[in-house]
Amino acid sequence: MENCKISFPRFGNYHIALEFLFTKGLGVEYVTPPPSTKRTLELGSKYSPDYVCSPFKYNLGNFIEAIENGANTLVQTGGVCRLGYYGELHEQILKDLGYHVKFINMSKADYQKPLTFYNEFKKINPNLSLKRISSALLAFLKMVASIDEIEDFVRQNVGFEVHNGEMEKLQDAYLEELKTCENKKDVDKITKKYKKKLKDVKVKKPKKLIRVGIIGEYYTIMEPFSNHFIEKELAKKGIVIYRWMNVTNSVLKYDGKKQKKVIKNYVKYYMGATSMATVYKAVEWAKEGFDGIIHVKSFGCTPEIDAMPVLQKISNDYKIPILYFSFDSQTSETGIQTRLEAFYDMIMMRKEQK
Amino acid sequence: MKIGIPRAFLYYKYHYLWESFFEELGIEYVVSPYTNREIYKQGTTYAIDEACLSSKIYLGHVAYLLPKCDYILVPRVFGYGEDGTVCTKFQAIYDVVNNTFRDQKIKILYYNINPKETANEFRAFLKMGKFLGKKKAAITRAYLIAKQNQKVNQMMDIRKQEQLLESNQLKILLVGHQYNVYDRFIGDPIIQTLKSLGVCPIIADLCDKKKAREASHEISETLPWAFNKELVGAIALYQSQVDGIILMSSFPCGPDSLVNEILIRRIKGIPILNLILDGQEGSAGLETRLESFIDIIKLKKEEKDGKL
Repeated sequence: MENCKISFPRFGNYHIALEFLFTKGLGVEYVTPPPSTKRTLELGSKYSPDYVCSPFKYNLGNFIEAIENGANTLVQTGGVCRLGYYGELHEQILKDLGYHVKFINMSKADYQKPLTFYNEFKKINPNLSLKRISSALLAFLKMVASIDEIEDFVRQNVGFEVHNGEMEKLQDAYLEELKTCENKKDVDKITKKYKKKLKDVKVKKPKKLIRVGIIGEYYTIMEPFSNHFIEKELAKKGIVIYRWMNVTNSVLKYDGKKQKKVIKNYVKYYMGATSMATVYKAVEWAKEGFDGIIHVKSFGCTPEIDAMPVLQKISNDYKIPILYFSFDSQTSETGIQTRLEAFYDMIMMRKEQK
Repeated sequence: MKIGIPRAFLYYKYHYLWESFFEELGIEYVVSPYTNREIYKQGTTYAIDEACLSSKIYLGHVAYLLPKCDYILVPRVFGYGEDGTVCTKFQAIYDVVNNTFRDQKIKILYYNINPKETANEFRAFLKMGKFLGKKKAAITRAYLIAKQNQKVNQMMDIRKQEQLLESNQLKILLVGHQYNVYDRFIGDPIIQTLKSLGVCPIIADLCDKKKAREASHEISETLPWAFNKELVGAIALYQSQVDGIILMSSFPCGPDSLVNEILIRRIKGIPILNLILDGQEGSAGLETRLESFIDIIKLKKEEKDGKL
């Protein structure tokens, strides 16, 4: 059999951790899909059904670009919304396009039974060592948590740098250095080093800070290209950006009971996928007196659409402005800019009136 | 006390059950009328723009009922366990309705289907019956009768359709969610147009659901949604007995956006028309598309029969 070259769709900065998991844990080569670009989306859209949510299109674009870069084995995850059915259709479309690749569809694994995952992975590497993968898994989890931690810091401070671009440069260097990690200890060491470096970056914060929280659908909120780098745009205006949604909070430290308690005045039942986290953070940030909230999702995302009537009530009850963005393959850059500017002007005016 | 039942979404799956349950318990209820333009328009004013047409129609029915009854029945379904999951819309609908109509002080009669509980439907109805102030014995009796009624009626509906399969007319399998196919505003114009073209529409929804869910695996292995499994399985069951397939979906249905694509790529040897309805289109466009689809099928059939 030819050497396995595995790939998974691009998703924030997690490809660094995934590369580690696959190379160190599974002992296979990992092909990182090139960063998502307009071409990625165009490729994906061309072969996807018209009105499917845009993460499906991005993922397909990533797959094709990964194949172009030599990948021969693709992994797709399972999920509780449409995501759970992505894999089978992606596999079919790629097959119809004439690509000969192996496709690992994690929706065939049962989340209640971890062993089924092991079985799926065994298909990738039959000589899988449980010991090796579990030690790599620990480092992988640490890496994910560290990437999130560094991102949080940058998000909340990057708007106030004295010298523009310093933090971004450091963050890039950090991610690059993470690639040299051999184990969990390395991850800790490198993360500690860069945390200090980031803290040493000169920032100048005004007395009255403007705080804006970002909520929304899993993919769109975490993959900056798909939300037109909305966090960066906002930060540039001197806003502290908060984002709860990341893999650490939604998977590693997930606390459904707490969420349910916080939102009980608005929501009785689980409303599907990320909608609970969306409502949960909206309530918390509204109570904390944030200046505004931005809701992002891909066009047609049902769970997030269903969260919107709830958000409207929260906005009403706490008098907090919420801006809604829905992204698809045809979203215009200027439209987003204009709406962001108007939102910014509005929260500035409100701030002054207070 | 008067219960309002929206004639939308799960009504089409459960109306035999609901109606006879309330009748047996002696509880007054009113079902909203067939969807009309007014109800649709009401729905669009209350719904989020991007929400699917079917959910807009649902909210329109709730709005219609609001001033006419004390409680509105809005059941919530988490899923059907091994039979499959549901679109998150059905997980969320209780809270969507509650928030959308909060200012109108809506009162909701609800029950929750959660597969993690055993005998979940009966338990859910027991709870609902108690909320309505009825005794356990009476509720149990009403539920069992209603359940029997539902079973018999659904079987009869399937039988009726089986007879249609014998007909010599051109037969088209209409594949769509119950709440779309049977809706006067969405599905009925398609059924009527087909009939006027001399075609016998076969409704995919009318089939043995258990058999259909099993048969769906022949076409798709990881399909998560129970309702889509039943429809996909119905194709496997009926395909050899019909001349063409129409997939009809409401825009932008999440599950259908993927499932229809799988079907188009995997079902071979039979003409398929993919209709996506958004409530905006006039009837002329729809009729033209259906006519040309039927014309092609007729032509192919005649070629095959050697008449040409």
